[in-house]
Amino acid sequence: MPGKLKVKIVAGRHLPVMDRASDLTDAFVEVKFGNTTFKTDVYLKSLNPQWNSEWFKFEVDDEDLQDEPLQITVLDHDTYSANDAIGKVYIDIDPLLYSEAATVISGWFPIYDTIHGIRGEINVVVKVDLFNDLNRFRQSSCGVKFFCTTSIPKCYRAVIIHGFVEELVVNEDPEYQWIDRIRTPRASNEARQRLISLMSGELQRKIGLKVLEMRGNAVVGYLQCFDLEGESGLVVRAIGTACTLDKLSSPAAFLPACNSPSKEMKESPLVHPPSHGCRSTHNSPIHTATGSRLTQNFSVSVPTLIYTGMGSGSAGKEGGPFKALLRQQTQSALEQREFPFFTLTAFPPGFLVHVGGVVSARSVKLLDRIHNPDEPETRDAWWAEIRQEIKSHAKALGCHAVVGYSESTSICEEVCILSASGTAAVLNPRFLQDGTVEGCLEQRLEENLSTRCGFCHIPYDELNMPFPAHLTYCYNCRKQKVPDVLFTTIDLPTDATVIGKGCLIQARLCRLKKKAQAEANATAISNLLPFMEYEVHTQLMNKLKLKGMNALFGLRIQITVGENMLMGLASATGVYLAALPTPGGIQIAGKTPNDGSYEQHISHMQKKINDTIAKNKELYEINPPEISEEIIGSPIPEPRQRSRLLRSQSESSDEVTELDLSHGKKDAFVLEIDDTDAMEDVHSLLTDVPPPSGFYSCNTEIMPGINNWTSEIQMFTSVRVIRLSSLNLTNQALNKNFNDLCENLLKSLYFKLRSMIPCCLCHVNFTVSLPEDELIQVTVTAVAITFDKNQALQTTKTSVEKSLQRASTDNEELLQFPLELCSDSLPSHPFPPVKATSVDYSSFADRCSSWIELIKLKAQTIRRGSIKTTVTVEKASPVGDGNFRNRSAPPCANSTVGVVKMTPLSFIPGAKITKYLGIINMFFIRETTSLREEGGVSGFLHAFIAEVFAMVRAHVAALGGNAVVSYIMKQCVFMENPNKNQAQCLINVSGDAVVFVRESDLEVVSSQQPTTNCQSSCTEGEVTT
Amino acid sequence: MTSELDIFVGNTTLIDEDVYRLWLDGYSVTDAVALRVRSGILEQTGATAAVLQSDTMDHYRTFHMLERLLHAPPKLLHQLIFQIPPSRQALLIERYYAFDEAFVWEVLGKKLSKGTKKDLDDISTKTGITLKSCRRQFDNFKRVFKVVEEMRGSLVDNIQQHFLLSDRLARDYAAIVFFANNRFETGKKKLQYLSFGDFAFCAELMIQNGTLGAVDSQMDDMDMDLDKEFLQDMKELKVLAADKDLLDLHKSLVCTALLGKLGVFSEMEANFKNLSRGLVNVAAKLTHNKDVRDLFVDLVEKFVEPCRSDHWPLSDVRFFLNQYSASVHSLDGFRHQALWDRYMGTLRGCLLRLYHD
Repeated sequence: MPGKLKVKIVAGRHLPVMDRASDLTDAFVEVKFGNTTFKTDVYLKSLNPQWNSEWFKFEVDDEDLQDEPLQITVLDHDTYSANDAIGKVYIDIDPLLYSEAATVISGWFPIYDTIHGIRGEINVVVKVDLFNDLNRFRQSSCGVKFFCTTSIPKCYRAVIIHGFVEELVVNEDPEYQWIDRIRTPRASNEARQRLISLMSGELQRKIGLKVLEMRGNAVVGYLQCFDLEGESGLVVRAIGTACTLDKLSSPAAFLPACNSPSKEMKESPLVHPPSHGCRSTHNSPIHTATGSRLTQNFSVSVPTLIYTGMGSGSAGKEGGPFKALLRQQTQSALEQREFPFFTLTAFPPGFLVHVGGVVSARSVKLLDRIHNPDEPETRDAWWAEIRQEIKSHAKALGCHAVVGYSESTSICEEVCILSASGTAAVLNPRFLQDGTVEGCLEQRLEENLSTRCGFCHIPYDELNMPFPAHLTYCYNCRKQKVPDVLFTTIDLPTDATVIGKGCLIQARLCRLKKKAQAEANATAISNLLPFMEYEVHTQLMNKLKLKGMNALFGLRIQITVGENMLMGLASATGVYLAALPTPGGIQIAGKTPNDGSYEQHISHMQKKINDTIAKNKELYEINPPEISEEIIGSPIPEPRQRSRLLRSQSESSDEVTELDLSHGKKDAFVLEIDDTDAMEDVHSLLTDVPPPSGFYSCNTEIMPGINNWTSEIQMFTSVRVIRLSSLNLTNQALNKNFNDLCENLLKSLYFKLRSMIPCCLCHVNFTVSLPEDELIQVTVTAVAITFDKNQALQTTKTSVEKSLQRASTDNEELLQFPLELCSDSLPSHPFPPVKATSVDYSSFADRCSSWIELIKLKAQTIRRGSIKTTVTVEKASPVGDGNFRNRSAPPCANSTVGVVKMTPLSFIPGAKITKYLGIINMFFIRETTSLREEGGVSGFLHAFIAEVFAMVRAHVAALGGNAVVSYIMKQCVFMENPNKNQAQCLINVSGDAVVFVRESDLEVVSSQQPTTNCQSSCTEGEVTT
Repeated sequence: MTSELDIFVGNTTLIDEDVYRLWLDGYSVTDAVALRVRSGILEQTGATAAVLQSDTMDHYRTFHMLERLLHAPPKLLHQLIFQIPPSRQALLIERYYAFDEAFVWEVLGKKLSKGTKKDLDDISTKTGITLKSCRRQFDNFKRVFKVVEEMRGSLVDNIQQHFLLSDRLARDYAAIVFFANNRFETGKKKLQYLSFGDFAFCAELMIQNGTLGAVDSQMDDMDMDLDKEFLQDMKELKVLAADKDLLDLHKSLVCTALLGKLGVFSEMEANFKNLSRGLVNVAAKLTHNKDVRDLFVDLVEKFVEPCRSDHWPLSDVRFFLNQYSASVHSLDGFRHQALWDRYMGTLRGCLLRLYHD
């Protein structure tokens, strides 16, 4: 028996009045886990019942512990009729399953009802006694830690970064089952919530298994999403980066509490007793003839059947020894084709060698009911296809890996757009294989990591460039070539030299599309996509130039599909990288040179643009040092022609090249105004207003150029829905509406947060959806952080000065593959992100495999765990808990609610994260049939989001934490039917629960000290050599 | 392009004090936006009217959601939905329970029942306070009254405990509750010159000395009701006015003591019997509810007005009352010294407070 779950129901408070006659409630509680249910006594006539129940004990498999949520239902006892449900609490007990996370879950949880919202609170204590399992073929993966954070968590050190893990599970959506016609909305919502909770648990467990197989102990950058495919079903998918992490405080490498002894198993694959079933032993989705991926075998449509126990659980066990054998045989081939993807966006110093550019791939699919989830022809194949494409793009850029990788979908009726994007990169192999402390140090010293500009250097061969680019020698080291602009999906590397500050840059685009059915619709969309992508990139490029900057970080392009339109929204943080050349200006060229007034108009526009650039340079403090031409050397391949951007290729004329490029030696970016469309575009460039003074914004973790954050943070979510006025809209009107919507939203945010000035909006995350024909919904989540203005100026200055002094070299070209490109298939886009290039796969696969083997070679062996009970259970509430309660307890002694901070960032300014308590992954549905009474759509959604925040905070507090980092609202699906006075909303959020301590409260020198010391000594070493 | 939905939810609930005040004052969103525009906020921040509208709506929605919790302030502290720093919570509560002087004047001493609520329209017209604000203030009075009505122990403490108000505001509420419970008449024209503060001061003195709780804090009763036994006993004081010898003796004692110390000595001497009779009769009549209600009218009529018409300075009133009350101890034939002290202790304080223009 691998685990014993113990639950105690202590008390309730603020319960709703369930008995009108007495204005009181006779409440009792049902505690359910798996198929076992316990009940408390009925506490008569009270809104603040004190149950003080015994410990309810569930003896369960650890597999179930991972999959199942603990379900607590509060009911009102009724002698004569059925008991009325007050509400429910779902508790994910996963954090209790790893030894170093939380030891007890104890606290007040909001009682949630999908129709009424939060109705009072309940105090619950949950503990788990976990035994290590001798069974080596078990299906659970307890002990693997999950982090949403897309960098190595603060109090850990990465020993090995293994690589990409992914998984998806599918099921029927209860909302679309026949039974939904007869059951109440509440029952249907609860079935859905429960199913998604189960599927999430299962998904996490399966990912965990893969991690154990790779001999990792953690997943970093874990991103789980669900696709509501309507009639065709429900897909829950997740990606992440498997790592072996080592807690910084403890010198010895951490071993998971209950390791899967996967090593032995691999060595003797054929002796598996078949009765133990076959597990998924490969970690990449490859569709061979066996088609026996465990994920696909999950076919149980009724949720209650899934957890009936080990024996009959998932259908994956039917496989038998034959399949197992086949799988073993294909094993090595599978490993070779693993995707070298990393969901991380920030890396340990030295990890990133070169960055090639953004790679993205999209594909339009028609959804079909998932008749038989065992069929290999499913969602999995689609994603595999896209990942292949990404891989080939990366290869085309001379890169062997993709970092900052993410996947997303947009669904409208039966059409689905799958998107994946990342940044092609060359990584330092040493980090992927070995990493004892000594090794790290040694390596840093000997490798002479001058990464200050190294990551900007092109990884591809300049003679066989994958796309036309304008190369110059690096402005920092003058040795290597760099591109004129750099687009990436990752965060700015901490050691990169940036001049001035960064800013949020958005490209917004709408395209009307005819309503169509099925294939015609999908074709129409596929045809539109390349144009959209092209225009989005043009906009980004123009705006970047307008800001006087030369690189984009954190680029995220979202394409949303609706009934009659497509929306594109790209967000990124623009910066001026010292290593890249100064961007040229934007030149406007008119098409009708004879018209005098027109000419005047053009020159007026040109002046406006030039003024804007000058103003922006001042605003973002971009004053790069002047460097004389001789040092730089002349630009390499005919620059003018290459950097020219022509709006319409057919109309390009020779006149344009004759233009005097007034920006001197830098070549300008030419915009041809040949029709009103183009005019509109130029106008829209100028309509973006900079944030009011004292405000900065970015969509990356931190704002380049600001580094003295003060401790005040405010995380928020803002949602806006607009109704488009008429049906016969033009693209222009649509663009304008959309642009205004986003701009106004930003303006509102600046206004609302004005009391925090000087402050910066970080991690600004826009999500667009098209819930109905004429509706556009934009959801923004971000965090406002205050900073000290005076200090900021000083530090930027010094850092710039320092960077100028530094002359560094970068000879390192580790593991860079020579390029083998089919030069005929070069895409015509003049910028890094490429779509669809045909590449020689096999040669790449070969190289790749050798690389992976290199990684595997030195992988640490993991000791097998013996039976061991985690004895942390009886401890009092964690230290951190007490700490923060005391600290944050307000002077007003009455308050008992501890403050829980939430942030989409991976850190808390002015504080040190001392402990990660586990992942928070919650899914809620809220529905109402009295929309007007609840304050209309705004009132309804406002209350719901506030409730979601409250539930997240309550769960974190119950784990003993005082903050959620890397918080993300992954989904906010809102549907309304005002005529029926109804609305429904689904929200999915996740993050990492942590304990933090204010730096000012830390008496002991933080353990971070040695690291920084070491780093500085390293850099010194560099300079002297 | 119309905005269907527009919300902003912060992990820490944003509270804009200015908007909160506008909301409390009962302005509609449109009016509030207009007032904010007039305050010059657009120029200061460079925002547009649309931004202001959206911001105001958001705050109003938040306040609307908070209102339910403000009705039982301890709930605001324990609830989990809105994360609000304690100082802000205190501000929300304090401002919510704050009331307008003009409004409290209108309802002070009135029965806090539904019937009165219908009059809120009139009060609103009369005072210029929006009906919404009137309703909030009235409901606050009524809510506090209902909660503490049946409670034992100190009235102020009870209010503070259940509504988490500041000491000052809790005392004001104690006065309002006390007045409402005893239905003191405050609306007469004669009393128009008095402020709410004057009444609140008197109420506090009366709660301290005139209620059951005042005599014995262990008693199973409360601060709201006047001590019936005490009122009954005060009939005995009547002798001070009825017994001519006693009255003369009292007068001579007071006059002797104050001779040369009082600027208005002659007026005092001439009026002594009237004044004394007035004060004693007020005490003796308090057994009847009707007379209790008229307490303040009587005090003003029988004491404040005569003195004022003779232009007594406040210092003289103080001298007189001290002497008047102390001299009784020297009256041999008078047995109710303790009773007298309890009565005059309160009355002296009240009269001094009530004595102004």
